[in-house]
Amino acid sequence: MANKNTIIKIEHLSKSFGDKKVLDDINLEVRRGEFVTLLGPSGCGKTTLLRTIAGFAQADEGVISMEGHDISAVPPHKRPLNTVFQRYALFPHLNVYDNIAFGLKLKKVPSEEIDSRVRKALKMVSMTDYEDRDVNSLSGGQQQRVAIARAIVNRPKVLLLDEPLAALDLKMRKDMQMELKQMHSTLGITFIYVTHDQEEALTLSDTVVVMSEGKIQQIGTPIDIYNEPVNSFVADFIGESNILNGKMIRDCEVEFAGHVFECVDKGFGEQSPVDVVIRPEDIYVITNTENAKFTGVVKSCIFKGVHYEMFVETDKGFELMIQDYNAFEVGSTVGMLIKPSDIHVMQKERTCNSFEGVMTDSTHVQMLGGEFECQETGLQAGDKVTVRVAFDKVELLDYKEDGTLMGEVHFILYKGNHYHLTVLTDDGDNIYVDTNDIWDNCDLVGINIAPKHLRITKRV
Amino acid sequence: MKRLFAQLYLWLLLALLYAPIIIIGIFSFTESKVLGNWTGFSTELYTSLFSGGAHHSLLDAIKNTLTIALIAATASTLLGSVAAIGIHNLHGRKRRIITFLNDIPMLNPDIITGISLFLLFVSLGVSQGYTTVVLAHIAFCTPYVVLSVMPRLQQMNPNIYEAALDLGATPFQALRKIIIPEIRPGMISGFILAFTLSIDDFAVTLFTKGNEGLETLSTYIYADARKGGLTPELRPLSTIIFAVVLLLLIIINVRAKRSAKRNQVM
Amino acid sequence: MKKILDIFGKRSNWAIPYALFMAVFVALPLLLILFYAFTGNEGEFSFANFTKFVTQPEAVNTFIYSIGIALITTILCILLGYPAAYILSNRNLNRSEVTVVLFILPMWINILIRTLATVALFDFMRWPLGVGALIFGMVYNFLPFMIYPIYNTMQKMDHSLIEAAEDLGATPFRVFWKVILPLSMPGVMSGVMMVFMPTISTFAIAELLTMNNVKLFGTTIQENINNGMWNYGAALSLIMLVIIGITSLFSDEEGGDSDSLI
Repeated sequence: MANKNTIIKIEHLSKSFGDKKVLDDINLEVRRGEFVTLLGPSGCGKTTLLRTIAGFAQADEGVISMEGHDISAVPPHKRPLNTVFQRYALFPHLNVYDNIAFGLKLKKVPSEEIDSRVRKALKMVSMTDYEDRDVNSLSGGQQQRVAIARAIVNRPKVLLLDEPLAALDLKMRKDMQMELKQMHSTLGITFIYVTHDQEEALTLSDTVVVMSEGKIQQIGTPIDIYNEPVNSFVADFIGESNILNGKMIRDCEVEFAGHVFECVDKGFGEQSPVDVVIRPEDIYVITNTENAKFTGVVKSCIFKGVHYEMFVETDKGFELMIQDYNAFEVGSTVGMLIKPSDIHVMQKERTCNSFEGVMTDSTHVQMLGGEFECQETGLQAGDKVTVRVAFDKVELLDYKEDGTLMGEVHFILYKGNHYHLTVLTDDGDNIYVDTNDIWDNCDLVGINIAPKHLRITKRV
Repeated sequence: MKRLFAQLYLWLLLALLYAPIIIIGIFSFTESKVLGNWTGFSTELYTSLFSGGAHHSLLDAIKNTLTIALIAATASTLLGSVAAIGIHNLHGRKRRIITFLNDIPMLNPDIITGISLFLLFVSLGVSQGYTTVVLAHIAFCTPYVVLSVMPRLQQMNPNIYEAALDLGATPFQALRKIIIPEIRPGMISGFILAFTLSIDDFAVTLFTKGNEGLETLSTYIYADARKGGLTPELRPLSTIIFAVVLLLLIIINVRAKRSAKRNQVM
Repeated sequence: MKKILDIFGKRSNWAIPYALFMAVFVALPLLLILFYAFTGNEGEFSFANFTKFVTQPEAVNTFIYSIGIALITTILCILLGYPAAYILSNRNLNRSEVTVVLFILPMWINILIRTLATVALFDFMRWPLGVGALIFGMVYNFLPFMIYPIYNTMQKMDHSLIEAAEDLGATPFRVFWKVILPLSMPGVMSGVMMVFMPTISTFAIAELLTMNNVKLFGTTIQENINNGMWNYGAALSLIMLVIIGITSLFSDEEGGDSDSLI
């Protein structure tokens, strides 16, 4: 069943550090010669996945195979792939030539061949004549070129790159991106590239793998990922977007921001809650309010080089980000239009918090590592229950000591008229909260839930 | 004015610190048996120190001191470097326990280390002599080696070991070609530290040398002074040791300054 | 053989040989001191060694006398060493690094040779050996160990703090009293550890410098061990360890950091 074109196949790969799952059932196929990017925020597991492919880390479960052979148990020095590290990892006591020749010398390649291959590799990264330089005397960009030369000189079947450009300044990064792309097409080697920079991922890749919290969220071409994000995480992470709560009235008709719009999505069922994504450049602004679908007042307008970025408050109180080539006066009322094909409707991942807990007595439930008071349930101590809490019924407190639980704000999504937060508790559970208050990422908060908002059902 | 006073104070203190050793240095160039009695310039004491003769035991003590220091320093450098690599890769409770154990010999007074090792050897029924002294010296020198190698490991880019494996080196090759060259400066300063600590040691040696007549320089001076007579040959010996230490320290300082300068240029 | 190689494939296991070595040559010997201290000649559990110590005025006197000598030495070292460290680290008062090296140098010379040199000085000056020679010799031996850590802390001190204090209108005296002195305390504390600990445990220096006329606690311990009174000697060692433990706890609170000698 393995496609002949597949060079690396990853099946059901999982790994945990302590209680934290860093890789959760990863499945991925990489084709020969493909440029694949693993994209995600820090801590999403992308680097761990790369290290597992390289052999520096061992997975708890799952199989990695290369050209049809299981390599899960092969030590790193026997794997036919090479890595370019984020902080270069050049050998400080060797000069440029010896760094690049390191792998070839270990393989006992004849010295004339080493010589010609090292020179060719140096030429490839435009570092000719640097052979005798001390690696510590090179700039960051030059060190990274040497690191790339050191990897490709071994003619690996797959080149792994772990955020290779992260330590470089913007200008240098742009130049190196083009060079890497060029190098990829010249060498014909498969590249697996890790980055947290979505722009870099979209620019370089054939395929982008978006990861979050150890899971693959979406795999697709850059265009697919940008235009058809599968969930609100991907939509928010890739590019700018307006993400709003919506309701599918029926096929091809969706309600959001207080209006009903025509769209092209089908199959969500009737009256079902959904997330709606609209890219800021897909909202058309017109001065003529009569022909508009809906209206709003311009709150701010900033020149961004090519376009203007505006925030507009709609007639129903939603705030939208809009990019337009024309500027509109702050305070003026404008009309807006959205094409049906630019409205992206996504299945909601969840509509309500749901936790598992155990009753300690008829009015208290133990869950998430804390004890919560609830209304009289008539259940007995020890009964296993499922507890549901609406997003907007979770209270967040400034002082973490004041709450029943402590947590850290982990992920913030602006939904036009409120924030949707993911709060990570001390025990590693996620609580989702809708709030109008402004919180910052990594804020420590106390978490409280009023007794009447706990909806408890007994599990059987 | 303030500066003059300050300098005056420094040099007065230095004069006090160096007066004894200078007196010994001066009187190493005269033959007199009693210190303080100048009987004319002579290098007789230097020749007699190295020709042995009457003070064969002193020469033996020097030889023992140097060989023990060499063996102990070599062994602790090997043991300590391997241990440092191990500790560097340990985490949590295991790491805390072993670093705690590592701190003990450095915090313990020599006399306690000496007595505790003495009790160990007598309890185990080991006859004390050259071997027990060497083992004891390894025990109190190794922590210092670990301490001088650890920072090198911590400064090392953690990826370079993986980079070596990635390029096809076996773990052993990666160690030999990458890790050891990286920690070598730490190993060298650890070795020097262990060597000087071993040479300087008195209390631990005294308790672990047994009664078979094994003497190192320290125990020889101690025994000699207790007998009341100070062997005149100790004067040229002290002078030589002083000169060697001075030279070594100057070299180390010059080298440190040069490498600091080189780092600055980069 | 294969199995042994496998164990050392994991690099965290490389600490095992050292851990075993330390268990035998550091942990076990210390436990033996504990064991001997709390047992009698027949190996039975007893407090006899400690009651013997408490009921012997001579031993207790030596003990207190030793602490006194160690305290005097430490205080003298602070009084002499602190100004020296201050001058050495102040660029307005001293620009030469040679003087710094000259102050560190004696730390690297065998302590018995240094003591021997002190005896020589006293012989040469025709001063009598005794308590005076002992305190002189102790200060002479350990002064560099006080100067070095204080100098180190002062060197690392952020100079802008002093400038900030001056900028805020502090007089030189107040700058010293409110900024320099508190900030140099960690150095003083590790200096105290490096001086107090060896002076309280020393024995050879005292014998050489006082012609064996003054007995220190270290000497008492050594004599007992030499005469085969292992249990009593171990108990005395334990008492010394407790004193040192208390001192180090005290100086740890002040945040004393250990400095390497190179």
